[in-house]
Amino acid sequence: MVTIKGIRDGLLVTLGGGDWNHLLAELEDRLDRAANFFTGARVALQVGPLALSTAEIAAVRDLLARKAITLWAVVSESATTQEAARQLELDIALPSHPSTGAEIPDELSTEATDLSAVLVHRTLRSGQSLRNVGHVVLIGDVNPGAEIIAGGDVVVWGKLRGTVHAGAMGDDSRVVCALELTPTQLRIGSLVARSPDERRRRVRPEMARVNQGQIVVEPWDSS
Amino acid sequence: MAARILTITSGKGGVGKTTATANLGVALALQGQRVVTIDADIGLRNLDVVMGLENRIVYDLVDVVEGRCRLRQAMIRDKRLSELYLLPAAQTRDKTAVSPEDMVQVTEQLRPEFDYILIDSPAGIEQGFKNAIAPADVILIITTPEVSAVRDADRIIGLIEAEGKESAHLIINRLRPDMVRREDMLATSDVVELLAIDLIGIVPEDEYIIISTNRGRPAALDDHSPAGQAFRNIARRIMGEDVPFLAIRESPGLLERLTRLVRSRTKSGG
Repeated sequence: MVTIKGIRDGLLVTLGGGDWNHLLAELEDRLDRAANFFTGARVALQVGPLALSTAEIAAVRDLLARKAITLWAVVSESATTQEAARQLELDIALPSHPSTGAEIPDELSTEATDLSAVLVHRTLRSGQSLRNVGHVVLIGDVNPGAEIIAGGDVVVWGKLRGTVHAGAMGDDSRVVCALELTPTQLRIGSLVARSPDERRRRVRPEMARVNQGQIVVEPWDSS
Repeated sequence: MAARILTITSGKGGVGKTTATANLGVALALQGQRVVTIDADIGLRNLDVVMGLENRIVYDLVDVVEGRCRLRQAMIRDKRLSELYLLPAAQTRDKTAVSPEDMVQVTEQLRPEFDYILIDSPAGIEQGFKNAIAPADVILIITTPEVSAVRDADRIIGLIEAEGKESAHLIINRLRPDMVRREDMLATSDVVELLAIDLIGIVPEDEYIIISTNRGRPAALDDHSPAGQAFRNIARRIMGEDVPFLAIRESPGLLERLTRLVRSRTKSGG
């Protein structure tokens, strides 16, 4: 059994019981099904009581690395696994996050079939990343250097100046809306667009969608 | 009374962390406060030079942490202000020589004897930065009105929020009103709008800073330096006073507007 969910520090991959090679194959399959979504992600691996050797953890790390995913922590109750993780210079515990009011929820769904939305009430600053397999609704700004990656639509009630990817699992029918839509880069499905270099004088809510193989931006109003 | 611990940090290098630390230290001491400045930039120490105390260093922060001397032995009293001290960084070691816990321990030891502890953070977001912010009660983010510096400041604010620290205050350094008026530089309002934290000071570009850095005499000691005046104002705001911001005219006047209009007409016409 392999489960993948979003946590504040990236993604948490949990490997349940069962045959080791089988687990690896299942993990690889899960990652391949949504390659776009996982690229560049940071992953913590949770293996429960499984006792893993350095070589086994290294195998997972290398598998992830081939998909441009970084393994940074292995969480386990097994002393053998902990020691092996330490030898590979991986963290063995997830950091605890003091509550600061509005935050990214601790767990985001990554089931590909589930396009449920997550509502986040905060400003994403440079270097911060918000991923959800479903839709993302953000109340706040997305500053340059921050990113939102969603399997579904992205709605930003604020200024979207960072990077955004809607339909990140290859769905070109998704949209991106923002009160101020001036992203560094905007991606929908497999398409990429960037904002014009000159600064616009008049700012109004806009929606980006794909029309005939191109990303188009239109005023976001009731029509 | 226990000291408040202020960490001055920026993310980007060269925006004025060390200059700000030295000047705020001086400015607070001028207000009669007992102040110690700590250089957390181990391996690239500068604060001693800017404060003009380099030749008095015998022991440093790493010596204290590793038990080679008592804390008091490493502290250097300022040559001008008797209530201002410097705890210098080691030059021959690197950031891993000190841990965040060490910083908390050292500052807790100093807390009862001072009013303010100022920590000069190294650039970057790695261990040195983590050391510098670990004991902080208040964090002062310093940036220049440049896109790259503001971007780094934003990143730093995000990291500080993730640490669960109180929200930070912003100092905008090296502002050139003439360039802002020509729209060649980000305006204060642009920076504040993006970073969305409380502005505690605007420091104008001032060539006196370069002179004072080279001489080891912080500008806050000089009545004629506009930057020195700005730092003295920030010090008073830190102490809770309501000090109006220096009049820095950023928006273009009528004449400038007209000249610009004429210029752009000429350009498009020719």
